[in-house]
Amino acid sequence: MKLRNVLGVAIAAALLSSTAMTYAADVPADAKLAAEQVFKYRVLDNIRALDPQLVEDVDTAYVTNQLFEGLYNAGPDGEPVPGVAESYTANDDFTVFTFKLRDAKWSNGDPVTAQDFVFGWQRAVDPALASTYAYFVGLVNIANADDIVAGKKPLTDLGVKAIDDKTLEVTLRASTPWFPRTLAHGTLFPVNQKVVTEKGADWTKPENIVGNGAYVLAENSPGERVVLKRNPNYWNNDKTVIEEVQFLTINDENQGLTRWRAGEVDQTDVPAGQYPALEAEMPDQVYSVPQFCTYYLSVNMTDSAPDALKDKGVRQALNLAIDRDIIVNAVLQGGQQPAYSFTNPNTAGFTMPTIAAAGMTQEERDAKAKELFAAAGYGPDKPLTLDYIYNTSEAHKAIIVAVSQMWKEKLGVNINMSDMEFAVLSDRRHTQDYELARNAWCGDYNEASTFVSLYDSKSEQNDSGWSNPEVDKLLADAKLAADPGPMYEQIEQIAAEEVPIMPIYFYAKVFLQKPTVKGWPYDNVEQTWYAKDMYITAE
Amino acid sequence: MIAFILKRLAVAIPTLLVLIILSFILMKVAPGSPFSGEKAIPETVMKNILARYGLDKPQWQQLLEYIYNIIFRFDFGPSFVYRDRTVNDIIAQGFPVTVKYGFFAFIFATVIGVAMGIFAAIRHNSWGDYLAVGFTVGAQVVPNFVLAPILVLVFTLWLRWLPGGGWNDGQWNYVVLPVIALATSYVANIARIMRSSMLEVLHSNFIRTARAKGMPGWQVIVKHALKPAMLPVVSYLGPVFVGMITGSVVIDLFFSTGGIGQWFVNSALGRDYSTILGITILLGALTIAANLVVDILYAWIDPKIRY
Amino acid sequence: MLVEARSDVVATQEGTEAASTPVKGRSLWHDAGRRFLRNRAAVFFVGLLVLIVLFTIIGPYFAQYTIEKVDWSILGKVPALGGPSLANGHFFGVDQTGRDLYIRVIQGTQISLVVGVLGSAVAVVVGTLYGAIAGYFGGRLDSAMMRFVDILYSIPYMFILILLLIIFGRSFSLLFVGIGLVSWLGMARVVRGQTLTLKNREFVEAAVATGVKPLAIVIRHIVPNLLGIVVVYATLLIPEMILLESFISFLGLGIQEPNTSLGALISEGAQTMQYGTFWQLGFPLAFFVVILFAFFFVGDGLRDALDPKDR
Repeated sequence: MKLRNVLGVAIAAALLSSTAMTYAADVPADAKLAAEQVFKYRVLDNIRALDPQLVEDVDTAYVTNQLFEGLYNAGPDGEPVPGVAESYTANDDFTVFTFKLRDAKWSNGDPVTAQDFVFGWQRAVDPALASTYAYFVGLVNIANADDIVAGKKPLTDLGVKAIDDKTLEVTLRASTPWFPRTLAHGTLFPVNQKVVTEKGADWTKPENIVGNGAYVLAENSPGERVVLKRNPNYWNNDKTVIEEVQFLTINDENQGLTRWRAGEVDQTDVPAGQYPALEAEMPDQVYSVPQFCTYYLSVNMTDSAPDALKDKGVRQALNLAIDRDIIVNAVLQGGQQPAYSFTNPNTAGFTMPTIAAAGMTQEERDAKAKELFAAAGYGPDKPLTLDYIYNTSEAHKAIIVAVSQMWKEKLGVNINMSDMEFAVLSDRRHTQDYELARNAWCGDYNEASTFVSLYDSKSEQNDSGWSNPEVDKLLADAKLAADPGPMYEQIEQIAAEEVPIMPIYFYAKVFLQKPTVKGWPYDNVEQTWYAKDMYITAE
Repeated sequence: MIAFILKRLAVAIPTLLVLIILSFILMKVAPGSPFSGEKAIPETVMKNILARYGLDKPQWQQLLEYIYNIIFRFDFGPSFVYRDRTVNDIIAQGFPVTVKYGFFAFIFATVIGVAMGIFAAIRHNSWGDYLAVGFTVGAQVVPNFVLAPILVLVFTLWLRWLPGGGWNDGQWNYVVLPVIALATSYVANIARIMRSSMLEVLHSNFIRTARAKGMPGWQVIVKHALKPAMLPVVSYLGPVFVGMITGSVVIDLFFSTGGIGQWFVNSALGRDYSTILGITILLGALTIAANLVVDILYAWIDPKIRY
Repeated sequence: MLVEARSDVVATQEGTEAASTPVKGRSLWHDAGRRFLRNRAAVFFVGLLVLIVLFTIIGPYFAQYTIEKVDWSILGKVPALGGPSLANGHFFGVDQTGRDLYIRVIQGTQISLVVGVLGSAVAVVVGTLYGAIAGYFGGRLDSAMMRFVDILYSIPYMFILILLLIIFGRSFSLLFVGIGLVSWLGMARVVRGQTLTLKNREFVEAAVATGVKPLAIVIRHIVPNLLGIVVVYATLLIPEMILLESFISFLGLGIQEPNTSLGALISEGAQTMQYGTFWQLGFPLAFFVVILFAFFFVGDGLRDALDPKDR
């Protein structure tokens, strides 16, 4: 196997050259720091186990990102910057990576060794731990991961080994130039073997937990707050400015805004639809930055779908009749981008495909939609009724209320909406027990395959149940291609024609932040932030 | 009396069993599972997870083991969603929170409600009476999920007196708004009940007699009228208690106190089987206990009642 | 909950009264009617209730929009353009998604009233039959049936209801059946107590003597004589049902879109009240409050009317 990804090489080269640079709070000489360095961040009520190998949601990951540190961190623009690793070397075809570790310590004073990484990664795939993110290790191509998860091979076969205390060697099953981009993910964090083994399931409790991040856990009351304090044993502790990080649970976003105004939190989300008003009121404290996610409607493409949806013309008509500009500009109003294809435009090295529908005006789309719909045999005398399922939320409701009215007014389609808990929605999507369903996808790593691979007929995440041999072949080819760009473009074109999903918009993270908070990674589309890189200025 | 208590306790055990079995079945019938998520879990991983929690065993066996663990080890099992916590941990964290503001709300509602009711009854048909009646009617019909945001807007955003949420280890200023939001409608109910029963008692013959003997007004109220007039209020206290548990759902969700109501709703929505069962059983046991206490209290106040 | 509380209040008052007041069929109702009419507040609120019901029937004819129609010209500019206006036909303004609040409030009122009335009816039917049967047959059956009520009484019902709504999805019929089934226990206790005093009356003994079957006696002779207390109880139960429904809506387990209820509208309005869209909370809350007031006052009026001893 030869070099396959020109882009990957460039990244790897950039990484190698930047190994000397580490990243920490960058306080300008003239900045006046606040006396109290406390950062209060609002989260939903979903801080789960603070065990990096068990983390499955973003909010909990924000906490573990402060408590633990992987080989590489995400830099302010999302590019990897060294964490515990000082540098790495890779073989020619990017199947073996060797990492050189720095002298870092655990919060109890133990040195962080390569063995701690081996232990953590093996733990992630250990059937006995049963992590829901066990598959991630296979996703990033670490050798034998999937077989270990399936119980077919012992843990020790995992493609990671400690050459000595400070050298870690990773073997991959396929060429993966972007492998260093995945290392900021919690699943690949180290854990302290002694503590985990001794304390068992209780090891993440505040009195037991030992981490290697810039902060240690001081209090954990899920549903109320999680409090972190500075870790004096962190290797770059001298550069840490913020003393305390508080994650405050506020379930309701409007309540979050009230408490933000009262000064109880430093950062909270902008409630849906409130961005323009808040932006006009306090332009220096409201932010809208691109986020690495796509919102879309899944269409059931299997035999269980109603006949109407098996008709390509109907799917195209429905897709065209959605006025994305109204959704983005009138419903959400938070700087989201209308979407006509799936892959997020912020994906590194990805060129947006030229989708025909994206170039039309809405009048043209509507005219085409009506034409296709009539051609499919539907109309006033043969109205169509479809079911739509979504998880209970004001924002999702607002979107489908608007979309269903567009369909009704333009095509005469009736939509039966049902809302349900997220657990039920995801189960029904995974089993194609629906007609149309709300859906969204956030990239796991910054490369287009994190999106387009969902079109793979064998993908676990292919909620549409869409099976297209041509797409499957293109996906397989893309893995071997030097430049997979044209293949991704072709896949997006086929999808735009077949409409297994109806993309609606590309996310924006819309939030309020006190002007005294500095060092937030606004340019990182994955929104991975580290309190150690931030500081609070005086008013 | 003791026979009565024993009899009630004998009922309590089958009640709890019914509760456990009912909740267990409801939970298992519900669509979705604690492991359903955005990302479909590969079958091999799913198998490991089910095996870890014993969910691959037959349902009846799971139920029996669950009951056995509760009775003999007082162990409600591990949470399926909070994987570093057991249900006992969750209850130990959330329950004291709810108990604390619930207790204050209970006292607040009873004391203010009774006082307001007595006041309105004594000043029957005065402005004070109308005001009190007006308040009780108004407070009764505004749902607490409307009252709570209004309280926060007023006391947190405008006056800046009190924090708008959180718990902070139960520091007093964090407790005030939850107590008011929870207690207000019960203040109103108790005041209403107290007023009408006090009016009735004040018009009865023995009070007229006491008055005729020249006893001062307040003494009549305290010595003679209060006890009989309290009867309907006491019988209402059981339902108040249950209502406060239910009301704590709104309070916990809105103020993010980390209390037990929030845990219940979130674990029900997230299908955290063991947590829902644990909380339901705990609250069921409390309800039983509260009703028992109310019955005893009632018997103590009204000796006519025999068991 | 409030529901059980009322039953106890009713029980103590009715209980003491029932022993002394003979039930005299029509003339009792006649007297009660006169007493009720003298109660100005109660009569006023009956009138108000009638007006609201009429409004929900006639109001839709004046509506310029349907419950699901999105006004695209206002969507996205709701705080500025979405207020109540005669000019654009949104008499009560629009909601956060640009839909007409006038017709949605009407529909919400209908749904809330129906949930309240049907829920109360379920509770009353189940509770009355259960209580009457237990009370009339007495003995072992009675104690077994009432023990069962004791058991159910100790179950935190709100939680079971939440679980039910989760399992069977959010459906309208489940909503009122569920709410009703949660609330029949108090009714059963009250009715049983009344039946105990009724069953030794002459007319029942006469019926027994002429060989009427027991179940027929319960339905034809006992239940009609319970009507007074049942009516009072049912009236007071309706506002509790409406409150309960609003709580369910707050949790997001209420009725499915695009249909709505007052509880759902209030819950939505409460979320946005800090953004200057007061009408979104104000209109539904006003209807909600007036309806609850009305039922409370009418219920109290009925109780006073049927219980001459009071006051």
